Amino acid sequence: MSDLYERLKAYEGHPAAVSARGKDPVNTAMIRHWCEAVGDTHPAHAGEDAVAPPAMLQAWTLAGLGGGQAGRSAALGELFALLDAAGFTAVVATDCEQEYFRPLRPGDVVTYDSVIESVSPCKATKLGAGHFITTRTEVRTAGVSALAATHRFRILRYAPAARAAGRRPKPVVGRDNAGFWAGVARRELLAQRCDDCRELRFPWLPGCGGCGSPRWTEARVSGAGTVYSYVVVHHPPAPGFEPPYVVALVELAEGVRMLGNVTGVEPGGVHIGMRVRVEFQRPDGEQELPFFRPVGPADDGRVRA
Amino acid sequence: MKPGDELPPLSVPVTRTLIVAGAIASRDYQDVHHDPEAARAKGAPDIFMNIVTTNGLVGRYVTDHFGSGAVLRKMAIRLGAPNYPGDVMVLTGTITSVCADGDGEDGNEADGSPALVDVAIVGTNRLGRHVSGTVTVSLAGKAS
Ligand SMILES: [Zn+2]
Repeated sequence: MSDLYERLKAYEGHPAAVSARGKDPVNTAMIRHWCEAVGDTHPAHAGEDAVAPPAMLQAWTLAGLGGGQAGRSAALGELFALLDAAGFTAVVATDCEQEYFRPLRPGDVVTYDSVIESVSPCKATKLGAGHFITTRTEVRTAGVSALAATHRFRILRYAPAARAAGRRPKPVVGRDNAGFWAGVARRELLAQRCDDCRELRFPWLPGCGGCGSPRWTEARVSGAGTVYSYVVVHHPPAPGFEPPYVVALVELAEGVRMLGNVTGVEPGGVHIGMRVRVEFQRPDGEQELPFFRPVGPADDGRVRA
Repeated sequence: MKPGDELPPLSVPVTRTLIVAGAIASRDYQDVHHDPEAARAKGAPDIFMNIVTTNGLVGRYVTDHFGSGAVLRKMAIRLGAPNYPGDVMVLTGTITSVCADGDGEDGNEADGSPALVDVAIVGTNRLGRHVSGTVTVSLAGKAS
């Protein structure tokens, strides 16, 4: 066991918070803001006698922008300081287990006690090396000894790994393929059909490969197809792409083939002949791009830690 | 209702607005949930959804399906691939157990007491599996 890990592990079983108190009593404004954010329209959370959505439990206990939560233990601060000093400065939550015993109602003052349940050895993760910290919290309301909820929470404190900087490159749009990208912007997949020999073609070209005719008409294709071939890219890193990722050649139902990334599945879950369907996404939050998503059970994917 | 029944999938467009609104509504001011530059400095390509928002979306997916009598009792979720802006998360759910509240027996539907239903949920995005877990919901007087 490393020196550092020995020092981290010594905090197991120590309190993370003792008789801590939520900054605001349960209130209808925070309930409404939450419901609007996540689109929760359950009638129990609206109106004068609203109860808080159970899943927003942490909204009542997080310190928020003001920080300085009363009741947070010295032990937790020391543990985080040790991790910071060792370079594990970034944090991401990985697991949340909650049990709700009674509803939180407007006016309830949330109190909680929390213990550092475990600290993992250093693990390699996609984000970088780090330690998983698990806390267990008991939530009550002031003046009531019965539990309102329990909450086990696991975070990863990690040292950020370097990655290729920059944004995903934009497609090169020219005179010969502008129609295709205009279609994609409308979330339509367009091939070309020769006006003379009627052959369907993709990618877009100014002339027909069959008869040489320059006359053609856009032809919308369904976007359903099968993986004809694919590669899994691990290296080199490219801006805007998170390896490993799949570049597939998809044979569309209409017969033409199209390149694209496969989405919604681990690279190991992709196989030749897999049925896929086009899905339009905006990876930079800007331009629509066509991706292919497997058709069938969602269980093709596996957890990526 | 029986084990093996599937809930209709729910597609959730992962917008910047959803990520930021969810983080702030849950009082989570970690910069990786609202500041793209800070997120990149910490090794992420962009801001990403916080776990509380995912928890809320999963809870809402289940209670939306079972209706106004549904109350969340337990949620256990694990996150995998992050939800980045521009992605679409598709939630799917499968009922894994149905029992009358308290007695733990499968299929006891006679007495009209609240049923407890376990639902296994998965949410995938273009990177793979964003979330997986189990939600237990009680259904007041609706055990059928
Ligand atoms: Zn032709």
